Amino acid sequence: MIEIADVSLVDWSRAQFALTAMYHWIFVPLTLGITFIVAFMETLYVKTGNEEWKKITMFWMTLFGINFAIGVATGIILEFEFGTNWSNYSWFVGDIFGAPLAIEGILAFFMESTFIAIMFFGWNKVSRKTHLLATWLTAIGANLSALWILVANGWMQHPVGMKFNPETARNEMDNFWEVLFSQTAVDKWLHATSSGFVLASVFVIGISAWYLLKKREIQLAKKSILVAAIFGLVSSIYLVITGDNSTRTIANDQNMKFAALEGLYNGSEGAGLVAFGFFSDNSSDPNNENLKDFNLKIEIPNILSYMAFLDWNAFVPGVNDLINGNGKYGIMSYYDRIERGKVAIAKLTEFKEAQKAGNKELAASLKTELTSDDFQNNYFKYFGYGYFDDPGDLVPNIPLTFYSFHTMVGLGFYFILLFIFSLVFLLKGTFEKKRWLMRLAIISIPLAYIASQAGWIVAEVGRQPWVVQDLMPNVAAVTRISAGSVQTTFWLFAILFTILLIAELKIMFRQIKIGPKH
Amino acid sequence: MKRQNIFLRVWYFYFNGFKNMGTWSRQVWIVILVKLFIMFVILKIFFFPDFLKKTFDNDKQRSEHVLEVLTKSK
Repeated sequence: MIEIADVSLVDWSRAQFALTAMYHWIFVPLTLGITFIVAFMETLYVKTGNEEWKKITMFWMTLFGINFAIGVATGIILEFEFGTNWSNYSWFVGDIFGAPLAIEGILAFFMESTFIAIMFFGWNKVSRKTHLLATWLTAIGANLSALWILVANGWMQHPVGMKFNPETARNEMDNFWEVLFSQTAVDKWLHATSSGFVLASVFVIGISAWYLLKKREIQLAKKSILVAAIFGLVSSIYLVITGDNSTRTIANDQNMKFAALEGLYNGSEGAGLVAFGFFSDNSSDPNNENLKDFNLKIEIPNILSYMAFLDWNAFVPGVNDLINGNGKYGIMSYYDRIERGKVAIAKLTEFKEAQKAGNKELAASLKTELTSDDFQNNYFKYFGYGYFDDPGDLVPNIPLTFYSFHTMVGLGFYFILLFIFSLVFLLKGTFEKKRWLMRLAIISIPLAYIASQAGWIVAEVGRQPWVVQDLMPNVAAVTRISAGSVQTTFWLFAILFTILLIAELKIMFRQIKIGPKH
Repeated sequence: MKRQNIFLRVWYFYFNGFKNMGTWSRQVWIVILVKLFIMFVILKIFFFPDFLKKTFDNDKQRSEHVLEVLTKSK
């Protein structure tokens, strides 16, 4: 029995996945970045032999340990949800995800049981250099572990290196390297990990600033700010570069997401970048409620064209160009994509019926047709569009995507200023006299988490309704179970994760208050 | 002096490490163990069965089911 997935089931399943992923991402970026900061500090200890650096290293290692321990395995719940709530998706992509997730699991296990154990248990038991090596390998391992998850996510954003097998209803990997080195996957990994470096730097500066405000742990705070501000500044510049690359990849491979994150409804040559804008409640298009008018916007001419295609006058398609098509620029309309998607679904249905009827000859001929390059490139490529009748349903939530993107970018540039001010005043020896800067640094810690979460909202809300871009929308991916049971587990998770977060904050705040001496 | 067997050295490394943990380490280990128990014993078993594994006996049936969903979803 196949029931049609209702909106409530899809929405609750999405809400549950979003909740779990966002809670998981509270813990991950700090781990990605603070491990490198700790490694730099320990390197300074090993090079100089200065015991103060050892004390500093051990203090930040403790905070890393608390964050790591509370966050560990929270991502496993996402895998539970694949099997229970997203079983069709899970089956559809199984062969592609198997390899990266298995590598991630093995890497994480060995990293956690070996290098982290040496980091925490190995002081005075292994040589200084061996301990330092374990610390560096923990940092590198944590970031490599993230690579495999982000490769899987990158594939969902831009599926490559596979072929759909109608007999098994699965995508089968035919080129591992194409999956691994897809531009989307590479951009995603570099951008997500460098955002973790920036978050961790803000975290270290914020806590150090708190010590300076309290006039305690002065040496630890100053030395920590020095390392974190340099690391944060370099990472921020790298973050801008990776973000810029990522934007270009999105403009090419996910042009609806690109139009949504800039609130661009009608494309133009020499398109301007909306640096700042507010939406009104009124829709600019009576046929699409999602296209809200801007109440206010500040636009910088030509920048968007340059960002997207490195050409000041390039044409950047807007939402309406994508829906209605634009012959002049060779853009196929969503109406045409929907038609082609329906042809692909009809052909797959024919294949299924032939198999059911035991007509092997017809099934074999349909399989040949379905898997031919011509059919794959002209019809199966648009398979997911076939589930829709109204192209308006293929437009993501534009205000949420726009605000999240601008929040992320705005805060990213604010952090650059924070690192520069921190470094300048520290080198001038006046940091601890600037109370406004110390307060700002403390307030910046939650802002770094907001920027980090906003980045994922851009990535995931901006590509709706797709679970696998162009191939599988969430309505086809979701398991036909009762929406009530998904609601129950949603609240269970909300409670469980909130308790975990409170536990982390309590243990961490206490450890910060105790400081490094104990 | 004769060096200890490598396995014994690894064993004592972990054993002494856990034995000499500080307060915060003990607290986070309690959190980890409670969390893993809730996740794998309660959530996984009672709330998150693998739908396709639980509902169908073999991969052929699972493929047929997904194919059915893919061709009938609206």
